[in-house]
Amino acid sequence: MPKIIINNKEIEFEEGMTVLQACELAGEEIPRFCYHERLSIAGNCRMCLVEMEKSPKPIASCAMPATEGMKIKTNTSLVDKARKGVMEFLLANHPLDCPVCDQGGECDLQDQSLFYGLDSSRYTESKRQVDEKYMGPLIKTQMTRCIHCTRCIRFATEVAGIPELGATGRGEDMEITTYLEKSMESELSANVIDLCPVGALTSKPYAFEARPWELKKTETIDVMDAVGSNIRVDSYGWEVKRVLPRINEDINEEWISDKTRYSCDGLLKQRLDTPLIRENGKLQKTSWDIALKLLIKKINLFKPDQIAGMVGDLADLEMIYSFKSFFNNILRSENLECRNDRIYINPKERMNYIFNSKINGIEESDLILLVGTNPRLEATILNARIRKAYVKNQIKIYSIGDPGDLTYPCEYLGSSTSIIKEILSGSNKISEKIKKSKKPIIILGESSLYGEKGKYIFESLKSFLEENNFLKEDWNALNVLSQQASRVGAIDLEAYSISEENNFKFFDKLHNNEFKFIYLLGQDNINFEKNDKFIVYQGSHGDKGAEIADIILPGAAYTEKDGLFINLEGKLQRAYKASYPPGDAREDWVIFKDLSNIMNKKSEYNNIQKLKELIKKSVNLKINKNNIKTNKVDFVEENILIKPMDYYYTNPISRASKVMSECRQISKKFLFTGVEKAS
Amino acid sequence: MLKDEDRIFKNLYNDLGWEIESALKRGDWNQTKDIISKGKDFIIKEIKDSELRGRGGAGFPTGLKLSFAPKEIGSRPHYLVINADESEPGTCKDRDIMRFEPQKLIEGCLITGYAISAHVCYIYIRGEYFREGQILQQAIDQAYEKNFLGKNACGSGWDLDIYIHYGAGAYICGEETALLESLEGNKGLPRLKPPFPALVGLYGCPTIVNNVETIAVLPTILKRGAKWFSSLGKPKNTGTKIFCISGNVNNPCNVEEEMGIPLKDLIDKHAGGVVGGWNNLQAVIPGGSSMPLLPKNICETITMDFDSLIKVKSGLGTAGVVVINKDQDIIKCMARIAKFYKHESCGQCTPCREGCGWMWRMLERMANGDSTYKEIDLLLDVTKQIEGHTICAFGEGSAWPVQGLIRHFRKEIEKRSHEEPIIKKKTNIPYLVDQHLLEEEGA
Amino acid sequence: MSVKKISKTQPELFEFTQDNLKKVRKEIDKYPKDRKASAVIALLYLVQNQNDNWIPLVAIKYVANLLNMPYIKVFEVATFYSMFNLTPVGKYFVQVCTTTPCMIRGANKLTTICKNLISKNQNELSENKLCSWMEVECLGACVNAPMMQINQDYFEDLDENKTKEIFETILNDQFPKPGSAKNRKNNAPENGKTTLLEVKNA
Ligand SMILES: Cc1cc2nc3c(=O)[nH]c(=O)nc-3n(C[C@H](O)[C@H](O)[C@H](O)COP(=O)(O)O)c2cc1C
Ligand code: SF4
Ligand code: FES
Repeated sequence: MPKIIINNKEIEFEEGMTVLQACELAGEEIPRFCYHERLSIAGNCRMCLVEMEKSPKPIASCAMPATEGMKIKTNTSLVDKARKGVMEFLLANHPLDCPVCDQGGECDLQDQSLFYGLDSSRYTESKRQVDEKYMGPLIKTQMTRCIHCTRCIRFATEVAGIPELGATGRGEDMEITTYLEKSMESELSANVIDLCPVGALTSKPYAFEARPWELKKTETIDVMDAVGSNIRVDSYGWEVKRVLPRINEDINEEWISDKTRYSCDGLLKQRLDTPLIRENGKLQKTSWDIALKLLIKKINLFKPDQIAGMVGDLADLEMIYSFKSFFNNILRSENLECRNDRIYINPKERMNYIFNSKINGIEESDLILLVGTNPRLEATILNARIRKAYVKNQIKIYSIGDPGDLTYPCEYLGSSTSIIKEILSGSNKISEKIKKSKKPIIILGESSLYGEKGKYIFESLKSFLEENNFLKEDWNALNVLSQQASRVGAIDLEAYSISEENNFKFFDKLHNNEFKFIYLLGQDNINFEKNDKFIVYQGSHGDKGAEIADIILPGAAYTEKDGLFINLEGKLQRAYKASYPPGDAREDWVIFKDLSNIMNKKSEYNNIQKLKELIKKSVNLKINKNNIKTNKVDFVEENILIKPMDYYYTNPISRASKVMSECRQISKKFLFTGVEKAS
Repeated sequence: MLKDEDRIFKNLYNDLGWEIESALKRGDWNQTKDIISKGKDFIIKEIKDSELRGRGGAGFPTGLKLSFAPKEIGSRPHYLVINADESEPGTCKDRDIMRFEPQKLIEGCLITGYAISAHVCYIYIRGEYFREGQILQQAIDQAYEKNFLGKNACGSGWDLDIYIHYGAGAYICGEETALLESLEGNKGLPRLKPPFPALVGLYGCPTIVNNVETIAVLPTILKRGAKWFSSLGKPKNTGTKIFCISGNVNNPCNVEEEMGIPLKDLIDKHAGGVVGGWNNLQAVIPGGSSMPLLPKNICETITMDFDSLIKVKSGLGTAGVVVINKDQDIIKCMARIAKFYKHESCGQCTPCREGCGWMWRMLERMANGDSTYKEIDLLLDVTKQIEGHTICAFGEGSAWPVQGLIRHFRKEIEKRSHEEPIIKKKTNIPYLVDQHLLEEEGA
Repeated sequence: MSVKKISKTQPELFEFTQDNLKKVRKEIDKYPKDRKASAVIALLYLVQNQNDNWIPLVAIKYVANLLNMPYIKVFEVATFYSMFNLTPVGKYFVQVCTTTPCMIRGANKLTTICKNLISKNQNELSENKLCSWMEVECLGACVNAPMMQINQDYFEDLDENKTKEIFETILNDQFPKPGSAKNRKNNAPENGKTTLLEVKNA
């Protein structure tokens, strides 16, 4: 390894590192504003200047490649003067409004001025005033505070892939803006708030809500999609004030989608906080005791065959397991389903329903084929990885089914299942390309697995991959893109009703009106007629499920309990309680325990530890079960239509969120702003 | 004084006509094919031996720069880019080359293009020089008609195409990497170096950027020999140079003279002397606005070449000589230059973006007698905080003239300054303000 | 000039004329195939020529679509370079250089005449709506100071009388003769050359 001398200390560094990175290795803190590990190097703030031997001027360490034998000094008076100088310039036109600035306490400029700032300002001219810019419902701007580091521009262009931010004018009149102050279009837009080192871009919904040191911070997991982004939830008493990303290199790096970040106001609204029962067509408040007893009374009217349970999108493993245990062991019913529609799954082995290549594996891939999916909407963070792979390695991306605007060029191959047939037979050009690639990725979205064609598409592509040796330990190219935080976990826990010959047995019965009693566990994406069914809804929000219910049992939302989730890659993650359920609402597993107790039946567990042990056991069973099996299936000619998705309105929490509803209103008006088009 | 026969630009005043027929009679395109047939190494060696230094301002040895281009064309094409952005206040020499001696430039492009293995050459002309660009385009068309350009240009076996690209009013686009950005269709923001353009330049390909004058003198050097060129001027400061003499002289003019000519000769012999006589001289900016001014006593003896001027803490720059006599308010003159830099800063680097405006505002107050003694040192401090801390040399270009002013005219500023911070009593100078508004308010 | 003001009244539509479309193609052809963006300045000039010397917002989108560039990038370019006008200017657009070399030879006299004859403030139309003026930075003709540019031509070696004459001409909707007001030969010394006395085309 090459060596570099920093402050007379010799250290080894990795080829390709910058001087700044090498200095960090040596334990020297280098102040910076424009530099950010995940963005391209701009080198414009000039805060990171260090002294390099033989260079008469100090150099920007963030931009200078480290080379063998270089001699760097970071502690000389030259460096000190340079940093103080830059700091003075930055503060010259920066307003002194820290007391009213939302960045206060989290501001890089504030922190660094402690070290490098002069004690009083020598700048006596009038300060620059810059108009606020409109950037949409999420981002509040105070552009007078901008220090022109261009991080936000680089983020939008490079990571989000929608070049919609720019700096207009020049010199001291330079201003950051979107084109004609249009709202930002990217689903990742609010990450610029975290990136902005000062208070120029702050969170609009969180404006003046709280100071960072007043908040309780809980590190947990997001449930708005199946990615399982790592987040930090900041709460003040019961109220969740904001959601911020946590770094997880394997999953979300340090980004989160706008939905993850801003659905949280939905946690405060439309909440179910007391049991309700329907009397004369109207919902009435009642006590737990009455509600549960009524429930049992009703259940006893039906045969186990007539009873069905549906698991919703946001359920954690504790919910699913206790629900299933209640159904199987106490009600003796097998009619459980975690899907809400006819999406083909083959639960025989775990690789059949997870994202096997892994999110961070996307970066290594050299070819990606999307089948019936728009990852930008279905898994925003995963989509950012695809873009990263495209930017880094210029990989080719193809799609069967028209995905609409993505954030990278994508070649559309058509939408008929016959293309898949051509791929199998080798008559499509893409077939050869996949075979020649080293690490291909095929991503199957729900739209491709929907209905009759699902089985054909899945099984035939799987056998194609197997034949070409792409289902190996070290590289598995088969990927199913789930959209629901609960999905993979629910399949692992076998919360579905699939028979050898009929994948959609549950739905056939549902639509034939064979079920008379339906228990909705946080299931709000409802796809059936109520007719004469008796419906119980257990969940956190008064949404679609509660609307049709006869009994409503209030549960806890994802920030109000500890819970386990399995993300689309099959990774088990733990979510922590940041707040508590409102009013009389209870954690879901407790409700099932109570029900069993009232029915005088013994449940498998009687405390949370026991429940967790049971869950781990059954999940582990699943993880270790892999014995590649492919089915031969008949060709089904059909078009793959990517189901339109109401991005900001996918679950009861986001539907309750005022912020999401604003985003949704605006997104309907979006015009194409000129992203790189597929070539 | 330089003999006329040793002047390279015989049509500097357009006595003879710029069209190709006339240019051919002056010897342009004569021997071009022979020179190219001697090979790249010969050409580059000859330029090195001539000790020609770039005429764009920095004075970098041209032969050495050309040798930085990769020897063979790899997977990426090579480009030659001619810097005709000429926006440095006090400078207007490239303009005359383009409109009166275009064939010298075009011929130079072919030879240089060959020497660095480029088949495409872009000439980046500042947008304001619309007419000059038109003439140059006609000259290029004429050269194509004669097969001096295009496939097998001038029978040399080398292909070269030349395209004109207009800028649109941005001094910073004269900085070579900003120029490349602008050529690529972006804002003219200078790039971080390394990598240098010779390896990663236009469209990420190896690129050599040279000034118009640098390229236009090459054919003559190669025709008359490195010895001839290096015999003119002083060692390491060889050859001839077009000087632009403007300001308070009786006959402002452009003139081609030998490097190392005494400044006094330049002013007295060619420009008709200082308005009001030599004793009325206050200061001279010797090399375009970026170079620190020289007070009269230095002007008496200084010779005009890179190294002599560096010794007196100034520079030859683009050899744009601006003469300022005692009728002028020297602080106001420099405040106006500071305003120029404030207006032209691209805005990337913190010190340049924030510092240029700061300097200008302070100087404006100093000129108006609204400053305190303490602020003179503050101003000097600000220039030092800009200098050397920026991506491109604009930082120096904006700081040096102010440093020059303080170095030589501190007394003048002190005369107008006060102990008390008078600024506080007056209404603040509005943030975005134009010069004429200030004058009205100050009056 | 300091901030780029954007005109409040904007046309709904902009499209290049057939003639200009041909020029667009020629400009794009100067650059490698995948480098169309290089032509952005040239195209903005064409817009400006076709649209009475200023660039409306629709044209920015139009150019962006032609070159497959994001809108904001074209907008950045249009606001960065000082020669692009985002708000209407006079049919005769006067730009007076006031940088130091011109200033010390009396550029402020020219701006005073501008104020008197054309409009009180910069970037305002004259009473008859034909002319507007502004101060600009060095135009690269310092040896011919003071000087100004009207549309694409330079007017050099000006004095007060000559400037007034020129303004009267443009206010009467006529284009004056460009070049040196003193009839001097380009950049040669006014009172007779000191060099190149005998040169002939050999
Ligand atoms: C702010 C700035 C402005 C410049 N303007 C010009 C210019 O207008 N014309 C020019 O030829 N060089 C200009 N230069 C110098 C160029 O960066 C570059 O050094 C030059 O084109 C190299 O050509 P040469 O080696 O032939 O001198 C400028 C440099 C800076 C830092
Ligand atoms: S020094 Fe000034 S002009 Fe040069 S890159 Fe930095 S901000 Fe731009
Ligand atoms: S961190 Fe290096 S210049 Fe900004």
